[in-house]
This record gives sequence, C-alpha cells and structure tokens, in this order.
Amino acid sequence: MSEARWGGLDREALLGLLRQMIEIRLFEDEVMKLFQRNLVRASTHLCQGQEAVPVGACSALEPGDTMTCTYRGHGAVLAMGTPLDRSMAEILGKERGVCAGRGGSMHLADLTVGAMGSFAVVGSHLPFACGTGLAAQVMGTGSVSVCFFGDGTTNIGAFHEALNLASVWKLPVVFVCENNLYGEYSPIASTTPVTELWRRAASYAMPSARVDGNDVLAVRAAVASARARAAAEEGPTMIEAMTYRHMGHSRSDPAAYRPEGELERWMQHDPIATFAAALPDHDAISEDDVEAVRHAAAEAVAGALERALSWPEPEPRHRFDHVWAAPA
Amino acid sequence: MSDAITYREAVIRALGDELEADERVVLIGEDVGAAGGVFKATEGLHARFGGVRVRDTPIAEQAIVGTVLGAAVSGLRPVGEIMFADFAGVCYDQIVNQMAKYRFQSGGQTTVPATLRMAGGGSLGFGAQHSQCVENWFLQTPGLKLCLPATPADAYTLLRAAIRDDDPVIVFEHKALYGIRGELRDDGLPIGAAEVVREGGDVTVVATQLMRHRAMEAAEQLAAEGVSCEVIDPRTIAPLDTATILTSVGHTGRLVCVQEAPAAGSWGQAVIATVAVAGFELLDAQPALIAADPIPVAYARTLEEATLPSVERIAAGIRSAIDA
Repeated sequence: MSEARWGGLDREALLGLLRQMIEIRLFEDEVMKLFQRNLVRASTHLCQGQEAVPVGACSALEPGDTMTCTYRGHGAVLAMGTPLDRSMAEILGKERGVCAGRGGSMHLADLTVGAMGSFAVVGSHLPFACGTGLAAQVMGTGSVSVCFFGDGTTNIGAFHEALNLASVWKLPVVFVCENNLYGEYSPIASTTPVTELWRRAASYAMPSARVDGNDVLAVRAAVASARARAAAEEGPTMIEAMTYRHMGHSRSDPAAYRPEGELERWMQHDPIATFAAALPDHDAISEDDVEAVRHAAAEAVAGALERALSWPEPEPRHRFDHVWAAPA
Repeated sequence: MSDAITYREAVIRALGDELEADERVVLIGEDVGAAGGVFKATEGLHARFGGVRVRDTPIAEQAIVGTVLGAAVSGLRPVGEIMFADFAGVCYDQIVNQMAKYRFQSGGQTTVPATLRMAGGGSLGFGAQHSQCVENWFLQTPGLKLCLPATPADAYTLLRAAIRDDDPVIVFEHKALYGIRGELRDDGLPIGAAEVVREGGDVTVVATQLMRHRAMEAAEQLAAEGVSCEVIDPRTIAPLDTATILTSVGHTGRLVCVQEAPAAGSWGQAVIATVAVAGFELLDAQPALIAADPIPVAYARTLEEATLPSVERIAAGIRSAIDA
C-alpha cells in the first residue's frame, strides 16, 4: 500500500491517532454521563464528532510547539498529551485537576505539554497565540503555535486583529478553524455572508485552505505543511477544517435546529468509524489491531475516570492561592 | 538640580534600562517604534534596541494586550503600550478576563510577567474620551497590580519594578505630568509601598498623580494658615498600602482622599471605607473624598477646570475636614 495514503506514518503512529480519537470520544461520553449525575457543574461543550481536527493537527507538531483552543477544548488538550485522569479531574473540580480545580471544563490547560489554555470568551485566544508566536520569533526557538477556533469566531473583532498582526509580523502561528457549521445555535450562513471561511485569510495576504476535518490524515497533512511554513519564518496559515458536532452546543441544547437527516449524514462520515474501517487496508494493520486499540482506549478512560472520581476536592482555605505569583 | 530629568525621560530610561538588562524584555504598541510614541515616551528605544524588540503594532488594542499576555507566558517579559488609557475599554476583556485571571485559572502553572503602560488623566483639553483616569475600572479585578506614578522618580522606579514583577502590572502614566522634572533615586520604594511625601499632624491627605501635586500646593497654602497636612501618595492602589495610611490617621485623626476620577467605586472610597472599618477609633472627624464631579470630562477649559479638583477646591475640602 502506498506510503502516500498513510501520510508517511507507520503502523504505530496510525494506531496512535486512532487511539487518541477514541479516547477523546469516550472521554466526552463519560463527561456527558457525569453531567447527568450532577457531578459536573454549570455547562460543558463536547466535541464528539470533531476528534480528527485536534488529533490530526496536534500530531503534526514538534516538541516545544504550543496550542490554544476554545471552551470546546477537551479534545485539543488531550491531543497535546495532557493526562486523561487529570483532565477529567479538572472537569470534576478536583485539586489534582490540571488547573487544580480553578479552571474547569472551559479552561483546561497543561503547560507541560504546550496546552497553553482553553479560552471561553470567543476569539480571545487568537491574540494570545500571536504572543506565543512573538516569543518564539524573538527568542528564535523555531517553535510554532497552533490555534483552534470555531466558525463563529471569524465574526468577532479579535479574529481580525490577530490574523492581521500575525501576518504583518510573519508570526509562526497556524490558525485552525473548526467549522462545525453552527455558531452556538445559528447556522453559519445566517450570521456570515462568506461561508467559505478560508477565504477570509486572503484579506491578510495569508495562505489558507479548506480540508475535510473528519479525515485525520488530511488535517495532519495540512497542518504539517503550515507548520513547516511557519517554522521557515514564512508566516501564518489559516486552515478551515470542515466537521460536525454530534451533540448540541452545550448541555442545555438539544440541537433541534438541525435539518432532518443532517446528523445522520454526518454520522456516515464519522472520523473514527471511517479511519477504523480504513486502517485494515494497511499491510501491517489487522482488524484485531483496531479492536485492541478500542479496548485499550476504553480501559484507559475507565481507569482515568475512576482515579479522578476518587481524588479530593480543593480545600476552601487554599482559595487565595495563585492570584498573584509574588504578593506584595 | 543638574541630575533632574522629566517624567517622560524617566519612562524612557526605565524602559531602556530594562531592555538593556534583560533580553527577554520587548516593547510593543502603536507608534512606539521609530516615531517614539505619541507622547514621546519611547523615544530613541527603537534606534537603540532594534525593530525586533521595539515594534509598532497596528491600531489594535486587543491584539496588543493578547500578544503581551501570550508572550509573557511563553518566556518574554513584554511591555505593551495602550496609547490613551481610555482605550483600555477596547481591550477590557483581554485585561480583566484573560491577563488578570490566566495564572489563577491555570492553577498557578505559570507566572505572568506582563506590563501594560497607558497614559491617562485630564487638564489638557482632550475631551471625554481622552482625559479619564481609568485605574478604578480595574479595582474589581483580582490579579492585577495597579501603579500610579506621580513623579519622575516613581515613573522610573515603578515601571522598572513592573517589568521585573512576575504578575501583570498596569502602569498608568499621567499625560499632564510628562513634562515635570525631578531627580531619580536608587532606593525607590517597591510596588505596594506608599510614600509619606509631606509630614504633618492635623490631617492625612491621600492623593495620587496630578492630584498629589495639587494637594501639595494646597498643603503649602494651609500651612500658612496654621494647618499641618500629612500628604501620602499610595503610588500603587493594588496592592494598597493601608498600613501606612492607618498609621498616619492614627496620629492626625483626620482623613481626606483626593483623586482625579469621579467618586463612585473608586480607590478613594475604598481607602475611606478601609479606614472606617479598620481604624474607626482613630478618626476624630468624618473622612472626606475630593473627587471629580460625576460627569464626563468636557472639552471647554472652563468646564474641565470646574470638573476636576483644583488646588482651591482641595484646600477648601481639607479646611472643612479640619473644621468638622
């Protein structure tokens, strides 16, 4: 089988992508259940159906690269290698959560793996990504920052300010639009005259492309090429990854606004199912291998959940920690 | 005073010294590069340190602040200039939701050594959108340090301390003070320490920036009338050095705060509330707040001068507090 079909990846790497996507899917399924048990507070924004975007994109990064994402960010943070148990613990508000319970579902961050933050004010992290890019540029580290955002973000001012600045300063940033067709409850066409969002980049003299966001290898290839361009000091790229969320916007949203049959059509193009079905075409991968990955992922998520549930909540007396690094 | 320099020169020197001392320091903002800033408070730095570390941004305040934040947690010690402090409204989310909360929200995973400079203040006829003292906009946001230098010495000391600080600091420069002269000091007080700038026994007068200078003038007038004012400049309002203020009120028994911003939700009100709660028994009379009228700053000279506390109004306010 041709190397090209598999993006130059070997058996282990391909199975690794599958495993990450399945782990994210199962992780989100568990978060949903925790909600139903009232163990997760307020709201959460799940990404079932969109797993190929963060997994494909983050697999194209190198050590030292960084990532920022949105409040629908569990998948992106996990794709950077943040531990499942400490991520789940954060969503449960535990002291051993990645942010010691201060952040929660919308603010997962693990700086040790370059997951610089999940931002819950739409568009607010695009300027931040410029800052990580500026640091890399000034210090000459060669590292690149990938920035995920939703389709709705393309209409907020910070999007424009950040893409303009990144382009004029040639910052090493890869902007990845996760276009799941809806900004909260509104179909993109009802809020946005130019629905091919990749075209927006032309306003900033920035190269851009639209890819199938449910094809993990296609996303990976597009980000790898953008990453190489950024690392070569040629500036930022925007990638529009077409995808679909299986759930509503948040837990209070049954997604009744979807036209009949739309979800079903997208389920036929599920990123995990299609990749799992394709992998046995690889010379060195069998259906048993795929099953083994499914099993291992399920065990990993179950174990992470069990640990996270067992950990304690933060002590109220520690609530003053972390406001300032150096109180006067 | 041959060593005296202007407040503007003190800002330039602080930036230059920190750019020189630490290669992680960068300066970004609108026209801060070759143009030297609209207030000329970055003049010469682009020529000295180059366009990589001293660079012009587009007119895009959200991008400036977000970039400063992202850079600060990625290894730099960036300084961002927001030209007029009033423009903080354009990037308020970036300051109060992103920069101020980043460390806390991450569970203390990193420090945020970010500095923002912005020029505020009135008395120059810039009108309602370019004359405000906006420091009180940020008092409700834990996580920020807020510096209000009134002199060249403090402009230098506080800005350098801000850049060296591991937390996000906003340094509010005052447009009307850029031209005043004074000597620098090697032993400047740290962020969070107030300064007793005039000792006295009858009343404690707490004032910042332009109002500190007007309060000092008022104190001189009152001295001729036999009233002895102790003038305290808090220098930073977050953190606020309440201990120095309480100690002073302990021996004067009277408290007057003077600020250029309107009263509602301000540091002046906070100081009075703090003293009332923590030092009620120290007070011999009701405290007073001398503040701008609760109206926007008008363009016309007569209106602006009537709106902001003048030396005469401050002196009258202190007299009333003494007589109370």
